[in-house]
Amino acid sequence: MTLALFFFYVFSIIAVASALMVIASRNPVHSVLFLILTFVNAAGLFMLAGAEFLALILIVVYVGAVAVLFLFVTMMLDVDFASLRQGMLQYAPVGVVVGVILLLELLLVGGSYVMAPQVTASSVVPINTAIDNTHALGQVIYTRYVFLFQGAGAVLLVAMVGAIVLTLQHRVNVRRQSIAHQTQRTRAEATELVKVKSGQGI
Amino acid sequence: MLQAAGIGLGHYLTVGAILFTLGVLGIFLNRKNIIVILMSVELILLSVNVNFVAFSAELNDLAGQVFALLILTVAAAEAAIGLAILVIFYRNRGTIAVQDVNQLKG
Repeated sequence: MTLALFFFYVFSIIAVASALMVIASRNPVHSVLFLILTFVNAAGLFMLAGAEFLALILIVVYVGAVAVLFLFVTMMLDVDFASLRQGMLQYAPVGVVVGVILLLELLLVGGSYVMAPQVTASSVVPINTAIDNTHALGQVIYTRYVFLFQGAGAVLLVAMVGAIVLTLQHRVNVRRQSIAHQTQRTRAEATELVKVKSGQGI
Repeated sequence: MLQAAGIGLGHYLTVGAILFTLGVLGIFLNRKNIIVILMSVELILLSVNVNFVAFSAELNDLAGQVFALLILTVAAAEAAIGLAILVIFYRNRGTIAVQDVNQLKG
């Protein structure tokens, strides 16, 4: 067993076990933490396959942003998660049946495929081992796949605007500073001159 | 690159298949908890990415990694929008039980 194979088994076993804990753990916060563990180990698998840029992006984007977003939302919502788990075992048999069938079919496909020779012979973008992975990805992302890259950016922009529009709430009772309104005040509307007779008060 | 280390494509496809199945199983098991359902969807997308990266290494083709990058983008956008919808739904209803979501229609 080579060192790479050993690490492959370590990463994949931890990834699968923590993925199991994501769906089986009682506390959603624990689920999010196990999701982070799954992503980190999947990043290790990517690294073994030579996709270093994707591995680090997975850690930065997924662990750093998406999983923390999940963590925020899970902790922010004050939900009785125990009540949400009721009836879980009721759905377990059909879920297990569907899951086992799905897994068997996927493994059947994975174990019995035949790669057509013209597919292996003709890579769209052959990997150049002389330059590193990030360099090679950068060379194709900004040239050959520039429209897809821009499209991905547009998707992220729309998602950002959508998330802000959805969650922005305008509170009516909050007093806000309006600088334009302040500077437009004149002396006539801001002050009032009252003649006070001596000894009487207002 | 993979063959030299003794890791076959089948190894990666097996891991991807197990992760995908666990994601689908998670949707079945946690039918009421929409946060865990979103996490299961993330697991499914992760397994797809594992397959893309494995085929990219096997076929010596960088296009698979570009595609995986785009999937990562879409998955991040989906998580952000899904959680935003979840937050406003909780703000309106005070619960996140999935069976009440049918009142969102219209």
